[in-house]
Amino acid sequence: MTTKMFGQPIRRTEDPRLVTGNGRYLDDLGHDALEVAFVRSPHAHARLTDIDVTGALDVEGLVAIYTHEDLEAEDIAGMAEPLPMLIPHPTLTHGRTQCALARTEVNYVGEAIAMVVATDRYIAEDAAERISVVYELLPAVVGVEAARAAEHLVHDDVPGNVAARMVQQTGDADAAVDGAPHSLGLDLAIERSASMPMEGKGVLAKWDSDDSSLLVHTSTQTSTSVRQAIAAKLGLPVDRVEVVTPDVGGGFGVKIMHPWPEEVLVPWAAIRLGRPVKWTEDRREHFVSSAHERGQLHQVRVGYDDEGHLLGLSVRFWHDNGAYTPYGLIVPIITSTQLLGPYKPGVYRVEFASLYTNTVIVTPYRGAGRPQGCFVMERVMDAIAADLGLDRTLVRERNFIQPGEMPYEQGLVFQDGRQLTYDSGDFPASLAKLKTLVGWDDFPAFREQAQAEGRTVGIGLACYVEGTGVGPYEGGHIRVENDGTVVVSTGLTSQGQGHQTMLAQIVADELGMPMDRIRVTTGDTRRFKYAVGTFASRTAVMSGSAMALTARKVREKALRIAADALEASVDDLEIVDGQVRIKGAPASRIDMGTVAVLSNPLRYAFDEAARRATQFAPAADPTKPPVAAGDAPGLEATDFYSPTQSTFANGMHAVVVEIDRDTCDIKILRYCVVHDCGTIINPMIVEGQIHGGVAQGVGGALYERMEYAEDGQLLNASFMDFLMPYASEVPTVEIDHLQTPSPLNPLGVKGAGEAGVIPGSAAIASAIEDALGLTIRRMPISPSELFHLRLTSAESAGPVETLRKVRS
Amino acid sequence: MKPSPFTYHRPRSIDEALAMLSAHGDAGKVLAGGQSLVPLMSMRLAAPADLIDINHIAELDSVDVTDSHVRVGAIARHSRLEADQAVYDAIPLLRQGLVNVAHPTIRNRGTTVGSLVHADPAAEMPAVLTLLDGVVELRTANDTREVAAADFFEGPMQSAIRPGELAVAASFVRPPRGSGSAFLELSRRQGDYAMCGVGALVTTDDENAITSARVALISVGDGPVLVEVTEAISGSGGGFDEPALRDLVDERIEAEPDIHASAEYRRHLAHVLTLRALDEAHQRARRAGRRHRVA
Amino acid sequence: MATETLVHVSFHVNGTLHELELPARRLLSDALRHDLKLTGTHVGCEHGVCGACTVLVDRAPVRSCLVFAVSLEGARITTVEGCCTDGGDMGPVQQAFQDCHALQCGFCTPGFITTITAYLAQNADPTAEEAREAISGNLCRCTGYQNIVAAVQRAAALRKATDRTRRDPSGEVSTGSTTGVES
Repeated sequence: MTTKMFGQPIRRTEDPRLVTGNGRYLDDLGHDALEVAFVRSPHAHARLTDIDVTGALDVEGLVAIYTHEDLEAEDIAGMAEPLPMLIPHPTLTHGRTQCALARTEVNYVGEAIAMVVATDRYIAEDAAERISVVYELLPAVVGVEAARAAEHLVHDDVPGNVAARMVQQTGDADAAVDGAPHSLGLDLAIERSASMPMEGKGVLAKWDSDDSSLLVHTSTQTSTSVRQAIAAKLGLPVDRVEVVTPDVGGGFGVKIMHPWPEEVLVPWAAIRLGRPVKWTEDRREHFVSSAHERGQLHQVRVGYDDEGHLLGLSVRFWHDNGAYTPYGLIVPIITSTQLLGPYKPGVYRVEFASLYTNTVIVTPYRGAGRPQGCFVMERVMDAIAADLGLDRTLVRERNFIQPGEMPYEQGLVFQDGRQLTYDSGDFPASLAKLKTLVGWDDFPAFREQAQAEGRTVGIGLACYVEGTGVGPYEGGHIRVENDGTVVVSTGLTSQGQGHQTMLAQIVADELGMPMDRIRVTTGDTRRFKYAVGTFASRTAVMSGSAMALTARKVREKALRIAADALEASVDDLEIVDGQVRIKGAPASRIDMGTVAVLSNPLRYAFDEAARRATQFAPAADPTKPPVAAGDAPGLEATDFYSPTQSTFANGMHAVVVEIDRDTCDIKILRYCVVHDCGTIINPMIVEGQIHGGVAQGVGGALYERMEYAEDGQLLNASFMDFLMPYASEVPTVEIDHLQTPSPLNPLGVKGAGEAGVIPGSAAIASAIEDALGLTIRRMPISPSELFHLRLTSAESAGPVETLRKVRS
Repeated sequence: MKPSPFTYHRPRSIDEALAMLSAHGDAGKVLAGGQSLVPLMSMRLAAPADLIDINHIAELDSVDVTDSHVRVGAIARHSRLEADQAVYDAIPLLRQGLVNVAHPTIRNRGTTVGSLVHADPAAEMPAVLTLLDGVVELRTANDTREVAAADFFEGPMQSAIRPGELAVAASFVRPPRGSGSAFLELSRRQGDYAMCGVGALVTTDDENAITSARVALISVGDGPVLVEVTEAISGSGGGFDEPALRDLVDERIEAEPDIHASAEYRRHLAHVLTLRALDEAHQRARRAGRRHRVA
Repeated sequence: MATETLVHVSFHVNGTLHELELPARRLLSDALRHDLKLTGTHVGCEHGVCGACTVLVDRAPVRSCLVFAVSLEGARITTVEGCCTDGGDMGPVQQAFQDCHALQCGFCTPGFITTITAYLAQNADPTAEEAREAISGNLCRCTGYQNIVAAVQRAAALRKATDRTRRDPSGEVSTGSTTGVES
């Protein structure tokens, strides 16, 4: 009897390799490749007047130096042009992207100006150091306020630094606010952070001049799309380009952005030089030339009744998109729509301006705009509760969409261009579970006892919904080999989420095959060519569903062939432990590998498996073709899953904090999570995702911010001063699950990848407020800032308070 | 982030090292633990032409406990000093300071003498040396001198060491009988540089009265800031007069803002931690006194 | 600009002696990864904060990105590859990591494994709090640390259960002592 794999905390198949030091991350490959370093702009905004490479030319081991001029000189038109605008949008009227190497102007510290190729990275850096660039400095625009004030422009042809202005509304929200019995205005701010995976980016390219083909390895979240982009930019036929994602040391969104300049430059150089070329990003480069996210300022007006029901919600916000907009407006659109959370907002209007600044570009980081939206909505809920003297959970309960109201249309357009419709979820049940888990009703007693001991404690909560499994599609391919091995592939990629294990679990169950016979490949365009990518918590939903559908096709074919061979009816068969057998008569069986042999009517018997299979070969019917019309040789299938819309996961977090009365140090005593991601495939993997997300949420609430000086220098471009939490800073997470299956896909699953991070800042702010009786309107917050907040003891109305002067 | 090229020297004796230092003058930099120097070189903020690696000079790998001092050789690692029980019995403040230095892994390679020479105003060991009136022994090919802690830390990242000199050892003075010490700091994360840190030394007499008290603060000046606080002692058995303590501390520190803490918050921490450290040191002094009387 | 002078250095890695001629500025992390092709040790920051590059030098955890390879004459170095059993199977720490789902992308993992291997040799039975403190010098962006803390304690249990002659992490065989404390 095969044990069911689906729903089990199966140990990961990826692990033995990874824990013994046998991972194959980008820099582990290509030991013979030439290596690359870049000259990057040290200025936030400048014109390039001259690039002088002569000082570098006598560096022993130097192979080549390239600037934009070299890109222009080629016949490949694509290379000199700006990089693609990946996700255009009608409201993105002033989208701008950078060139792979800067042409005449640089717009952020870190922008690539020259590429140096040498025999190793040490030497490449020696040469890069000797290249001298003459700059004409221009005023730098840093921060949302400066961008908004537009005293200076990032791009001369973008008035007001506004890339886009967008409004979505369900009615006249301002009138609803004005007409409400109660109303409040809040100014809120969230500061920049970044994905910051432990492995930076990297690209390795090999050009085979014999058959004019390019093989690229890149640490990405989307091989298929990078492939298309490289082919387009380099003017190569797509089928002459293959992109393989190696082991990836974390992505968290930053590696979904593509093509990075390096992703086109490194292959381009490999073709020119006729030798493999590799670039491994170092940490400083990652800080100043990858992507950041989170920076937004919000102005909110909310109207509500005596019970705390929302009547009108009007949100205006300003999104800092950095110097360019290759990823379009995805992040602020997600903020606009996911801000609503599990609530009915009354009349809702959201308007945003996406603004340019002379800083690193902004593309999605786990949560992708949802943390900001959640912060805003949850602060509103707490503010209403405070104003009316109501319990904070009660106000939320009163505004919840009820389970009986599902599916619920919010009347807005989501990031996938479709109507924002919540398909499922039981918010009251989630909240009830959370209150039990954290002991919400017992907290006043705990607080009293703590106070008696001279301790200051507080409790907070935050709720969110997350649209997951966004389309347009993902696919799966399964082939059973002659030896019974099951070769599985999907086009999207993995960065540690255990996709190989999770997909194997699905295939094992659907196909009755043991896990150890299943080999899963992800992110290799040689094996699977149609995919979108890993982002937006979509893998389980998209690839998982596709894989289930694919496996069912293979199963159906296997049973059909086996039925013939065993002279039984398909309905009488089952597949157990890799054997197709007659139910109730297990001695009559045929190994799946043998079925695979039978599915391929070859003239030749290559091996033992093929020879043995001949005993099962039914007498051939000479009037029929060996491969029937519409059928195909092989025990394999491909299928795709393409949903009509996203499926909505949800969750609620509760936090208990303690504040040191003297030092204002903030300690998290308890962190509780109730999480609904529908049907769970591997609970161990899901919980791992939540733990990791919570750690990033804690980081974003208390530690992580990008410190930009007025001149656009990133002051904390290292792990010494950009504070990611160690284990000492992250609490133990207590988790309870709710499973409201998704009605939208065959497995009933919803995404789980981003859940842990979304409400972190909101829940922690809520708890600190509760502890100190202050109002918190911006995150992250440090002990120093809390100290000052307590001194001033007033609601911080302005979006920015410069509490620190930087040492010059 | 890779360092620039340099010429590497691996002396096997102190004399050889000194000869190399004298030959290379300003261009020569000593490599001991490297935990501060190597990242600076990787970021190309430092690019010495010559590196004199003293890690293979056995004579420098010493830790000696005498009746009056603990003498630490140039390449004795922080972790060795931290773990040494005889060192702890002689001067508990050493371990109390050391456990705050970065992370254990860094302490396995970093050296205490190296930390003193590096003279970071946020570093703990300069404060410990200062609090204990220790000295640093400097040698050239022709000369030896000792510089007292009070004169050793000249400014941020600037010690009294001259080109061609090697710091061969540092000696920490054992505090008098009846002393207690503590080292407290507050940093953003485990192992980070402190926003503010305070080492405290309290000495009591046979009647348990505090005879002297002093603190050394880090991250609130150009180097460790020594503050004598004996006059802020309130009463014979009791603690400290808080306002007086704050004034004494305020007179000596210069709190600057940075991205982790405002100047005001730093100053506030200096007050809070000074009091806490003194209290803890005082508790330990009383315990030490009791043990001694019982014995 | 002249070719760099190479410096001779010899040290053991995972029990094997290597005689190398390296540029003086070659960091140990790069020497291990590119000169010796032991790519299990990873580079996350090159300024000593993340700990992904942590290896054991004479049994003590050290950041290999903060040491020049040529400075380690005569040292005995252990990398994550050396934390396996004699037969090349997963050692107790590695097994614990799989059992507890203590890794996701696996990039930071080698640094944790070497650190924890050394830690357990000194502290064979840590509490959860001690285990958390022991790992608080290594960054992980994926796991939120909770399962790594569990893995430390699970590894301690697996080590106790292993009651035979084992190869100690420096590549030398030690007998009997389940704590693996060095002589």
